[in-house]
Amino acid sequence: MKIKQISVFLENKKGRLYEALKTLAQAGVNIRALSIADTSDFGILRMIVNKPEEAKKALEEGGFTTKITHVIAVGVRDEPGGLAEILKILYENDINVEYVYAFVEKSGEEALVVLRTNNLEKTIDILQAKGVKLLDSKAVENL
Amino acid sequence: MFWNKEMETLSLEKLRELQLERLKKVVKYAYERVPFYRKKFDEAGIKPEDIKSLEDIRYIPFTSKADLREVYPFGMFAVPLSEIVEIHSSSGTTGKPVVIGYTKNDLEVWKEVMARSLTMIGVTREDIIQIAYGYGLFTGGLGFHYGALTIGATIVPVSAGNTRRQIELMRDFGTTVLCCTPSYALYLAEYAKDEMGIDPSGLRLRMGSFGAEMWTEEMRREIEKRFGIKAYNVYGLTEIIGPGVAHECQEQNGLHIWEDHFYPEIIDPETGEPLPEGERGELVLTTLTKEGVPMIRFRTRDITSFLPGECACGRTGRRIERIRGRSDDMIKVRGVMLFPYQIEQAILEIQGVEPHYQIILTRPHHLDEIEVQVEMSKETFSDEVKEIEALRKKLEKRIEETVGIRVKVTLVEPKTIPRFEGKAKRVIDKREIL
Repeated sequence: MKIKQISVFLENKKGRLYEALKTLAQAGVNIRALSIADTSDFGILRMIVNKPEEAKKALEEGGFTTKITHVIAVGVRDEPGGLAEILKILYENDINVEYVYAFVEKSGEEALVVLRTNNLEKTIDILQAKGVKLLDSKAVENL
Repeated sequence: MFWNKEMETLSLEKLRELQLERLKKVVKYAYERVPFYRKKFDEAGIKPEDIKSLEDIRYIPFTSKADLREVYPFGMFAVPLSEIVEIHSSSGTTGKPVVIGYTKNDLEVWKEVMARSLTMIGVTREDIIQIAYGYGLFTGGLGFHYGALTIGATIVPVSAGNTRRQIELMRDFGTTVLCCTPSYALYLAEYAKDEMGIDPSGLRLRMGSFGAEMWTEEMRREIEKRFGIKAYNVYGLTEIIGPGVAHECQEQNGLHIWEDHFYPEIIDPETGEPLPEGERGELVLTTLTKEGVPMIRFRTRDITSFLPGECACGRTGRRIERIRGRSDDMIKVRGVMLFPYQIEQAILEIQGVEPHYQIILTRPHHLDEIEVQVEMSKETFSDEVKEIEALRKKLEKRIEETVGIRVKVTLVEPKTIPRFEGKAKRVIDKREIL
């Protein structure tokens, strides 16, 4: 149930985010979810895209440093406390969240979030046992 | 393999005897023929006859690069121009250029020391040698050319630059020996792989002779790994003869100086006094056989030391360790002396980071600051901020441990630090000294 996330190293310089996104646009890659972790000197652009391998190839040809990591996509009830409920499960099971960010689209009535934890396998097992909906890569592609 | 076994393995006793005989001769020759030397000697109250032992060389005044510039262009020449068959010159980027003229015999000496240097690492007439040092007034290209020509190797005189072509030639001609600056060698490997999809280790290359700029053991290992070759260190300078003053043997442990032609000393750069064997200081060279421009006690500004003991290869010429810095390149930051190579070494010790970096000096609030920009590599990139921060901190810590002062490390995107086809410019000094 893991999905591929593409990360890009960006210097904190004018125009770098634009360059990265332009490269993806030219490669016909559609972005499903996006977040930026930033420090004063650099940022890490993380994205869920419809074609991760193509995205990686295009970015690397454009001179960017990229990496594909695995994350999970979780369906969350779109109402107050929806995400908190899931985080509570992780907390009770001693799982640390590395980062979390939201998808642009919804899946039916549910909001979608990207989640990376210190133990993805365990996270998947526990969330599935609790009946939380996880999306596979096919589902993400078809959003 | 030896080119001139007799001279290369001459007993120390005989070598010192020969050196003294030649030193006396060249000192007298320079005094009689070059007004610059006569004036210097007279001012110092020394006559050529006062040189009775090799140790007496210490009474002779030094010759500096500034001295050579002052007599631009031909003031150092000891023979009429009709005797000069070739002229070389330093680039002159930091002032008037230094001009050196070679007599026919000087070229013979150059051929000899370069033939010895290349033979020492195993180059034979069967080799195809690609000379990617610049040809022209710079001594790199022609120095290697003469050496290879003397041996009878097949020369590809491509000169510096035109990277794609260099790689095509290596592939199509089956080049076995590459000669260029070490930073350019790394660039060639990177370019072959990234831009042309050619695995550099799949080429027929078997060795290389690299020099004309400062480099490190780590860079050597990197070049050796990427090309699958043996990388040797060459040393030389235009003022003395060009490449071929010293070269590594197959032991790769120090560079043998061809002492029958060049007499080396290592001095304290501050006091000018000779240093005890093994201590690091500035290399001073005297040419023992040159006619065009005899060079007496030339201060090279290069920092090195003599390596103790005998070399397993059997050559008797003393070995110097790889050049550790230049007294000119010495950066003084907050009163501390440091050399770019120290920072380079520290970066390369941290695994996985591409050896591309730049040092930027600023003085924002009347206090010097050093920023070291290091290119992020594919291998070390993590998508977590804390891991990148940890890498940055590790680099900062290692550099601080090496140079003794705090620096700020900035990780930058790959290929954003300029690559140079000649010598790398590693330091950008933006300090405004009021």
